[in-house]
Amino acid sequence: MPLAVFGSDHACRAGSTEDDARGLGVLQPLGRVYRVNRSEDGRRSEAELERIAREIRVKSVLAARGKGQAYIGQALQSAELLSCLFFDELRWGPDLVDDDSRDRFLLSVGHYALAFYGMLAARGMLTDEQLGGYGQDGNMLTLGAEPGLVPGVEFAGGSLGQGLGVASGLAWGLSYRKNTARVFNYMSDGEIQEGSTWEAAMFAGDRGLSNLTTIVDVNRTQADGKLVLEIEPLAKKFESFGWWTTEVDGNDIREVLGAFAEARRVDDDRPRAVIAHTRLGHGSPTIQGRPNAHFVRVGADEWDAVANEVEESE
Amino acid sequence: MSTHNEDASKITGAAAQMGMSSKAGPWCQALLAAAHERDDIIAMSADLKKYTDLTAFAEAYPERYVEVGMAEQNLVMAAAGIARAGLTVVATSFAAFLAHRGLDFATMQIALSRSNVKLVGAAPGANTTFGPSHACVDDLSIWRAVPNMVVLDPVDPIAAGEALTFALEYDGPVYMRQPFNRAGSERVQNLPSFRFGQAAILREGGDVAIVAAGDRVRDAVIAAQSLAARGVSATVVRVETIKPFDSKTVAEVAARIGKVVTVENHSVFGGLFSATSEAIVQQGVSAVVRPIAINDVFPPFGTPDFVAKELSIRAQDIVDTVESLLS
Repeated sequence: MPLAVFGSDHACRAGSTEDDARGLGVLQPLGRVYRVNRSEDGRRSEAELERIAREIRVKSVLAARGKGQAYIGQALQSAELLSCLFFDELRWGPDLVDDDSRDRFLLSVGHYALAFYGMLAARGMLTDEQLGGYGQDGNMLTLGAEPGLVPGVEFAGGSLGQGLGVASGLAWGLSYRKNTARVFNYMSDGEIQEGSTWEAAMFAGDRGLSNLTTIVDVNRTQADGKLVLEIEPLAKKFESFGWWTTEVDGNDIREVLGAFAEARRVDDDRPRAVIAHTRLGHGSPTIQGRPNAHFVRVGADEWDAVANEVEESE
Repeated sequence: MSTHNEDASKITGAAAQMGMSSKAGPWCQALLAAAHERDDIIAMSADLKKYTDLTAFAEAYPERYVEVGMAEQNLVMAAAGIARAGLTVVATSFAAFLAHRGLDFATMQIALSRSNVKLVGAAPGANTTFGPSHACVDDLSIWRAVPNMVVLDPVDPIAAGEALTFALEYDGPVYMRQPFNRAGSERVQNLPSFRFGQAAILREGGDVAIVAAGDRVRDAVIAAQSLAARGVSATVVRVETIKPFDSKTVAEVAARIGKVVTVENHSVFGGLFSATSEAIVQQGVSAVVRPIAINDVFPPFGTPDFVAKELSIRAQDIVDTVESLLS
């Protein structure tokens, strides 16, 4: 059988139209509607997902304050995206971490591990005590999240620009095996500067890996401060490589849900890129006010303020 | 097993010069045999299938051949991803491009992540016909130093096929060198089969021990024959598993004979000479060790025979070094 397995005969098949009733965001004209691999515990309301995003922030701050310094700004900015992914969009959960039918999530930007741990805690998969070990010598909760000790970590993402290629291979491999699970890659805008990202984008676009979605978290900052090399026009770049794209406010639950629903509706074999514009330190004015919030050291006296801000954030 | 049309796509030019054809070489025959039994075996290349003995596989199993284009970084990333879907992946390129361009990706996504990927480096050492850009004098050194990697340097394409058969059964990361096809027609003697992790004593002699790896085993055997004609008896040890290294056998031979010459198609740093010396020191035995290796230079441009002569890594160079050591 030729590689056409990725074309019209793709594993994701038409199914429910439940999303039509949700009225989320601006939807594409109705085409074939893809079956949604929901988390086992059903749908959650936007308000519920907002509450979970807040909990991810609270848990991330709890983990970070033990260490004293962390990629806390990025953890705060990505809470809505992780809430929507892990509590709504993905077929994923504590009982599915080793299940072959689970949707795969690769954290290409390993630096956002803090947010992932916050998500695991919100999901009940890490205790507050375990979170306290984040970044401590020899602890399993490393700064970069490597696979092995922490349940749900599928990918070693500290060396940037590697997620999209592995995700592409995984998407190809799952399709070859006729496994209908989807693959989600979560990358930062800084990774757009890595050449390897575009090798992978070209491959995924050419092979029509429609079971692959990448989230590009655009906070327009990187290690040295504001973006040191312009990445826009990002959507046009991906589109010219054969991808379907959409752009949303990554800190707006409604928009994020709408983007994932829209991506599911795409009636062709293009891989999907959800370009999510986020605000570094979202939910904490203290962090947002830092001139360079890439890797933040927060004084012992300031953590209470940050914790209060994220608990009370909307 | 699926077959291909042997008359079609006759390979010409540089690939033909390297001994390639669309007909499966011994290495590819081993791959085809395994693929016939197992549908989880996927092969990949980055625009080098005809230089890496994959043409026949791609023709026989097009749905299992993944071409990533001229993109070695993505070759390694995608290989790791495909392996993560529960498949066994063979990914080929030139040794130089895997070790140099693919290293970061292989370290993170194959070695650290223990992906079931077999990286296959063609035209290793000074075996390229293209000059310094395609030569790779440091692949063994590089992959040896990467945790979790198994490193294999088979003697010839037949041994490479045997090594591949092992690698496909082994659940984990492997780097293996792929010697030229054409060397396959020049097997010096009937060698024992590839045995993972075990050095093989091909010949016993009391004056000197020649420890050789990869395609230099042939030179070592020729040198030993030549030395025998001059009244010098040499033990020849074949090393095809560079890591894990058979320290025990090598140190035993070194202790017994006391004079060792190592022979490799690789830099003098970090390859067989290093592994042999480390084994001798660690086992606490005493021996003099002289290297035949690429001595901290880039290989010059030319045919492999010319380059080997320039680099002094041929059978005659072994003879000269042994005589100097014994004098």
